[in-house]
Amino acid sequence: MLDYMWLIPLFPFVGFLINGLLGRRLGKGVVSVVGPSAIGLSFLTSILIFFELINKPSTERIFEKVIFDWIVSGSFQTVIGYQIDPLSILMALVVTGVSFFIHIYSVGYMHDDPGFTRFFTYLNLFVFMMLNLILANNFLLMFVGWEGVGLCSYLLIGFWYEKDSAANAGKKAFIVNRVGDFGFILGMFLIFINLGTLDFTDAFGSANKLDTATATAIALLLFVGACGKSAQIPLYVWLPDAMEGPTPVSSLIHAATMVTAGVYMVARCNVLYNMAPIAMAVVAIVGVATAIFTASIGFCQYDIKKILAYSTISQLGYMFVAVGVGAYAAGIFHLMTHAFFKGLLFLGAGSVMHAMSGELDIRKMGALRKKIPITFATFFIATLAIAGVPGLSGFFSKDEILWMAFSSGRGHFLIWLVAAVAAGMTAFYMFRALFMTFFGESRVDHHVAHHIHESPRVMTVPLMVLAVASIIGGYVGIPHVLGGANHIHEFLAPVVGGTAEPVKAQAMFSLISEAWAAGGGSGDHSAALELFLMAVSVVIALIGIGIAYFLYLKNPGLPKMLAEKWSGLYRLVSNKYYVDELYQVLFVNSLKKFGTGLWKGFDEFVIDGTVNGIAYFIGWLSGVMRKMQTGLVQNYAFSIVLGGLILAVYYIMRAFL
Amino acid sequence: MWVVPTIPPALYLMLSGILFTIGVIGVLTRRNAIVVFISIELMLNAVNLTFITFSRFLQSIDGVIFAFFVMAVAAAEAAVGLAIFVMLYRSKETINVDDINLLKW
Amino acid sequence: MAENFGILFQWLIFLGVAFVSIVASLLVITRKNPIHSALFMVLTLLCVAVLYVLLHSPFIAIIQVIVYAGAIVMLIVFVIMLLDLETELRSRLKIVYSKVIGGFVAVLFLFGILYTVVAKSPTGQTGSYTTEKMASDVKTVGEALFTEYVFPFEITAILLTAAIIGAVILSKKRT
Repeated sequence: MLDYMWLIPLFPFVGFLINGLLGRRLGKGVVSVVGPSAIGLSFLTSILIFFELINKPSTERIFEKVIFDWIVSGSFQTVIGYQIDPLSILMALVVTGVSFFIHIYSVGYMHDDPGFTRFFTYLNLFVFMMLNLILANNFLLMFVGWEGVGLCSYLLIGFWYEKDSAANAGKKAFIVNRVGDFGFILGMFLIFINLGTLDFTDAFGSANKLDTATATAIALLLFVGACGKSAQIPLYVWLPDAMEGPTPVSSLIHAATMVTAGVYMVARCNVLYNMAPIAMAVVAIVGVATAIFTASIGFCQYDIKKILAYSTISQLGYMFVAVGVGAYAAGIFHLMTHAFFKGLLFLGAGSVMHAMSGELDIRKMGALRKKIPITFATFFIATLAIAGVPGLSGFFSKDEILWMAFSSGRGHFLIWLVAAVAAGMTAFYMFRALFMTFFGESRVDHHVAHHIHESPRVMTVPLMVLAVASIIGGYVGIPHVLGGANHIHEFLAPVVGGTAEPVKAQAMFSLISEAWAAGGGSGDHSAALELFLMAVSVVIALIGIGIAYFLYLKNPGLPKMLAEKWSGLYRLVSNKYYVDELYQVLFVNSLKKFGTGLWKGFDEFVIDGTVNGIAYFIGWLSGVMRKMQTGLVQNYAFSIVLGGLILAVYYIMRAFL
Repeated sequence: MWVVPTIPPALYLMLSGILFTIGVIGVLTRRNAIVVFISIELMLNAVNLTFITFSRFLQSIDGVIFAFFVMAVAAAEAAVGLAIFVMLYRSKETINVDDINLLKW
Repeated sequence: MAENFGILFQWLIFLGVAFVSIVASLLVITRKNPIHSALFMVLTLLCVAVLYVLLHSPFIAIIQVIVYAGAIVMLIVFVIMLLDLETELRSRLKIVYSKVIGGFVAVLFLFGILYTVVAKSPTGQTGSYTTEKMASDVKTVGEALFTEYVFPFEITAILLTAAIIGAVILSKKRT
C-alpha cells in the first residue's frame, strides 16, 4: 500500500473535479455523496498505510515516492514527490479523519444553501491542498500546498460573497497570509542558496553546513510564514474575521487543519530550528505571548464563534510554545487533540446556531441544555477537554507542553508561568461561553424560541464521534510518570527527535538525535516535580472554572458591575486592544495613499502621458506636414525639380569630386 | 593653316541644358496652364536634342530611335492633356493653375 | 581649305540658330498672351530642327517640323482659341516667393548641367553607325525601327490609338 501513497491526495482531487465540473448537473444528492466519500477513501488509505508503517521497525519508517520531475532547470531541480514518515502520516490521519466527519456534518448544515455544490468543491480542493502540504517531500511542493490552502481559505471565508463583510474578511485573510508567505519564500530562497536543494531529506541531511546566523535567519523567516498561516502575533488579525464563513469551514480550516500548517512546518524543519536557539526562543516567546494575549480578548467577546476563534489562536500559541522549547512531539500531540476538541466546539456552535436560527450572540442565549441535549453534551465534553480537566485528551497534551516548557533544555520558568496563567484563562472563558449558552436564565428571543430543535442525525453523529475522540484521543500520549508509555512521543521520535533508543540508518535521523541530546532533553528532572506541576495546572484549571461558575451562574449581574467599574479596561479588551484599528492606520492607510499616489502620479501622469503624448505629437507633426499638400501643381513640380537637383548634385559629387 | 575644330558636343549639350532650364522656369512660374504645357514641350525638346547629340557622337542609332518615340509620346500626351484642359475649363471657367487646388489640405 | 569653310559655315549656323532659339524660348515663357507664347514656340522648334540637321539627322528634323511644329502647336492654338482665354492681367505683378525660389532652383540645376558637361566630354563605346552609314538616314532609321525596335513601335501605335480615343471621350460635351 505504501507504493500507493499518492492516492491519499488523489481522492480529494478527483472529488474536487467531479463536484466542480459536473456538480451542477449531478445534483445535490450525488455531490453530498461524492464529497465526503472522497475524503473517506483518503482516510481509509491513510489508515492502511499507517498500519503498514507501524509494522516496520522504527528506524525504517521513511518512504518517499517521486511522482514526476517538476522543474529541471540547470542547478535547480524539484520533483513532485510524497513522503510518508511518522509525522506526515499522523498529520494525514488527523486531517483526513476530522475532514471526513466535518464533510458529513456539512451535508446537513449546508443543506438549504444555494451554493451547496460550490461548497463541497472548495472543501475537497482544500483537503487536497492540505494533503499536498503535509505529504510533500520538498519545500516547493509544501509551499504549493501552503498557498493552496490560503486560496481555499479565501474562497470559503468569502463563500457568501454577496455579504460585504464576508468578502472583506476573505480579502483580509488572504492578504495577511501573503505577508507571512513572503517570509516563507525568503526562507526558501536562503535554504536553496546555502544548501542547493529544496528536498527535505537532502536539505536536512546537509544542514550542518550552515552557520548559526544563516540557520537563525532561515528559521525566523520560515516562522514569519508560520505566523501568517497559524495566526500568531502580529499576523493573527485575519482569524477572528474569518468567522464570516460557514461554521464547518471555521471548524475544518480554522481549527483543525489549515492553521496547524505552521506548527507542522516548524516540526518538519526541526533540524534547522535545533541549530538556531535564538529562533527557538523567539518562537516560544511569540507563542506564549499570543496565547495569553488572545485569551484575554476572549474574556469580553459575545459572538460565540469569535470566542472560539480567539481560543484557537491561543491554543496555537501553546503549540508554538511546545515547538519553541524543542518538544516537537508535544506540539504535534496538542495539534491532534486540539483538532478533535476545537473542531467539535465549532461544529457544536454551528449546531447551536442551527437551532437558534442563526443567532450568534451568547447574551441572547441561555438555558439551552434541555432543548438541545446532544449538542450540549458534546459541547460540554469539548469544553472540559480544552480546559485541561484530567481524563480527557486536552489534559494530557496541554500538560506535556507545560512540563516541557518548564523542564526542557530550551524552556524557561517564565514561559511555564505565563502559559499556566493562560491555561487558567482558557478554562475561564470557555466555561463562561458554556454557562452563558446552555445554563442560566433563558434570554432567548420569542420568535427564535419556538424554533429551537435538535439538529438532524447527519449533524449530531459527527459531533458524537468527535466527542469520543476528544475523550480517548489523549491516551496515546500518557506520559511516563503516570504509567503510560507515551506512544506518540516514541512514534514521532525518528522524525523529531527525543527518543531513548539510538537511531541509525539515515543521515537525517542521526543528526536529530545528536542535536536533541545536546539540547538537554527531558528525563533530567524528577518525576515528583512533574507530578507537582501537573497538579498545579489542574488546580489552575479548576480555579478558572470556579470563577466562571461564580460570575455567570451564581451572580449573573456581577460581570456587568465589574465591567462598569473598570470601564476603560473593559472597553480596551472588548475592542480587541484596538489592534485592527492600529493596523488600519499604520499599514492600510499609508499603503492606500502610496497606491493612490502611484496611480495619479505615475500611472496617469507618466505612462498615460507618454502614450497620449506620443499620439498628440504624431497628430501635431502630421498637422505640420499636411501643410505641404497645397493642391497646386506647380508646387509639386517644384519638389520634383528639387529632388532632381539633389540627385544630380550627389552624382556630380561622386563622379567628379 | 590651322584646322577649324568641329563643333564639340559640349556646346550642343550646354544649349540643351539652357533650353531645359528655361522650360523648367516656365513650368514653375507661369500661371496659365497652356503656357505651362508649352514649357513642358520645350523641356522635351531639349531632351531630344541631347539624345540626338549623343547618338551622333557615340555613333549609335539608339538615341535617334528614342527621340522618335519621345515625339510620338509627346503627341499623344498633347492630345490627352489638352482634352483635360477643355474639361477643366468647362467645369471651373478658369485655366489658372493657382485656382485649381481642390486637393488642398 | 574647303573643309575649313564648311566647318566655319557650320559654326555660324550653329551660333545663330542657338542664339535665336534661346531668345525665342525666353520669349515663350515671358509673354502674357498665350498665342504669342505658342508662336514663339514654333520658332524655337524650327531652330531646334535646324540643329538636328546639323547633327546629321534630317529624319528627326523633318519629323520635328511635321509633328511638333505642325500638329502639336496647332492643337495648342486651337485649344487657346476654343477656350477664349483672356490675357493675364498686367497689373498683377506681385512677387510670389515660391516662384522666385523655383526659378532659383532651376538655375542651380543649370549650373549642375554645365559643370558636368564642361568637366567631362562624352565618352563611351562608339557604336557601329558611322557617318557614312548615317548618310542615308531614313533608311537606316527605318531598318532599326522595324527590326530591332519593332516592339516599342507597335506599342506606340496602341498608345496613340488610346490617346485619340481618350481625348475624344474626355472632351465630349455632356448632353
